Amino acid sequence: MSKTVEKHKPETRRKGERDVRFTTISDMPVEPLYGPGDPPDFTPDRDLGQPGQYPFTRGIHENMYRGRVWTMRQFAGFGTATDTNNRYKYLLEHGTTGLSVAFDLPTLMGVDSNHPLALGEVGKEGVAIDTLADMETLFADIPLDQVSTSMTINAPASVIFAMYLAVAEKQGASRNSLRGTLQNDIFKEYIAQKEWIYPPRPHLRLITDLLGFCCDQVPQWNTISISGYHIREAGSTAVQELAFTLADGIGYVQAGIDAGLDMEVFAPRLSFFFNAHNDFFEEIAKLRAARRIWARIMRERFAAKDPRAWKLRMHVQTAGCSLTAQQPVNNVARVTMQALAAVLGGTQSLHTNSMDETLCLPTEHAVRVALRTQQIIAEESGVTNTVDPLGGSYFVESLTSRIEGEAMAYIRQIDEMGGIINAIEANYPQKEIAEASFHYQQQLDSHEKVMIGVNSHTAGDDSRPEVLTIGPEVEEEQLRRLNEIRHKRDQVALDRTLVNLQTAARGEDNTMPHILEAVRAYGTVGEISDALKEVFGSYQETSVF
Amino acid sequence: MNSERKVRLLVGKVGLDGHDRGAKVIARALRDGGFEVIYTGLHQTPEMVVQTAIQEDVDALCLSILSGAHMTLFPKVLELLRDQHAGDIKVLGGGIIPDDDIPRLKEAGVLEIFTPGATLPSIVQFVRDHVPPRNLEETHVQRD
Repeated sequence: MSKTVEKHKPETRRKGERDVRFTTISDMPVEPLYGPGDPPDFTPDRDLGQPGQYPFTRGIHENMYRGRVWTMRQFAGFGTATDTNNRYKYLLEHGTTGLSVAFDLPTLMGVDSNHPLALGEVGKEGVAIDTLADMETLFADIPLDQVSTSMTINAPASVIFAMYLAVAEKQGASRNSLRGTLQNDIFKEYIAQKEWIYPPRPHLRLITDLLGFCCDQVPQWNTISISGYHIREAGSTAVQELAFTLADGIGYVQAGIDAGLDMEVFAPRLSFFFNAHNDFFEEIAKLRAARRIWARIMRERFAAKDPRAWKLRMHVQTAGCSLTAQQPVNNVARVTMQALAAVLGGTQSLHTNSMDETLCLPTEHAVRVALRTQQIIAEESGVTNTVDPLGGSYFVESLTSRIEGEAMAYIRQIDEMGGIINAIEANYPQKEIAEASFHYQQQLDSHEKVMIGVNSHTAGDDSRPEVLTIGPEVEEEQLRRLNEIRHKRDQVALDRTLVNLQTAARGEDNTMPHILEAVRAYGTVGEISDALKEVFGSYQETSVF
Repeated sequence: MNSERKVRLLVGKVGLDGHDRGAKVIARALRDGGFEVIYTGLHQTPEMVVQTAIQEDVDALCLSILSGAHMTLFPKVLELLRDQHAGDIKVLGGGIIPDDDIPRLKEAGVLEIFTPGATLPSIVQFVRDHVPPRNLEETHVQRD
């Protein structure tokens, strides 16, 4: 299976060429020239179609960026809710068009700021949220019926989403008006990102409850952002990123159907999240192949009738793992190419990483350069003037077809294992990714693959930029706030909501309304997660290396 | 002292940080380099990794931290090792560690810090040169 990471036989160098082999960063071979006849069996009507039409290879909209450019969505969050609220207001003033919340590790893991494992982590990699009070501060003076908000939260996604709904209620914003995305993709946590609470099967219950709740009550909300980003960051190839992400998507659609939900209603609210790495054409091809495969899966495999269910809508983030701590200003050039690939690949929304992200959370200056990079692509480069400008390129279409074929081979393999949960339990995607990442590190060590400033062109400017540091006072302040809430709230009322939640979790009632009740009673992320853990159990990984 | 014994290493992830790409790559490179390698898995407390290190009689503890919590977690691990008379277990670190923090961590007792860009052969060689097998008999007597 790991075709892309196998060592090829030694070959001789072609006359006049620099290398024996030319490959993409994922080790996919690249020929000297592509021409008519590439890719073989290429049928434009079937494989490309028209933009905005099945199979959407050329984009999900007829006029793409001539109508409206992508959403420039910068992921941000650090320190206390007050610190992050200030950063959001700064970003909105500078033209960002959607908010994207980064939570700190204790929040992502569903533990409170005073938990022993939270020591040293509070507010470090994102904003610390313990109770509804923090969420109220996070969105203070930001009207939730007017912005769209993406929240990168998975294991405790239902709890955080309930807090968002409760803040909207207090602001007087109707649920119909709420727009945004919850990452809520637990499969890729077991595969790559490793922020879990419960085992996969009971966790799926929470997800299908949330899908059902949103279909009824929050119709514009994107319920799951099925994510390849973290799979790639964990060291996968482009093909693995695509294949495991789409296999996860198949898993969610099947789970929704099995829970008795209407696929025609929930499937159009699923969206995707991909990585944009360094290999320019490989990334463009990956995004084009993603749309084509998903359209075919939804129409042919699941027999969805609504064309909205066939469309793969995506957010893209440039590759954090491609950035270097050495000569960090060079990262601006990397991010520019990666962002351009995402745009030429037809993304709906984009985050550009800041040049200093290997050193710290981004400073305001670095974030502004990253946002300006997107604006330069959108407003100066001219690439937005026509739809899918690379469509029909012999090379790009060949890569697109090749990536589709290799990804489908992985998806078939996972089907044979009985689906993505079985594959996860067998550590299959985890092992494939570990293998690919070890292989890539060896290629870096042998200089077969290059990172400028790391294993090539290492001399030069090592001036260190200003870094943002989060001091220990953030943790102290957060613990003070948490204590204050715990003393002020009505503990008896909260305990009652937690018992009701456990009863729902043991039975068949939708858990979402009960989580919302617990959140309104100022239950913490940790308390609500612990209540569910008593019913669902905890996940333990068997580590492979 | 038994110089024939293979050097035993514990590769560990402390705290909530789930970034295990580096830890796994290093664990495999060290194993391929001829060491006995144990990997703790994710989400360990300093107490848990120190307990494992002592129980498994390892010669060095290799901690990977990419969450920014290194200035809290490394000193905590070193302190626990000393408290449990296992201060002779060497501690190595890797991850996203700002340059300014490295001398402070070494002063606190971390043997070496590897940051992105360190090659696998250089890390394996460092361990070969700087991590001898501990004298376990002596350690066990001391602890009794």
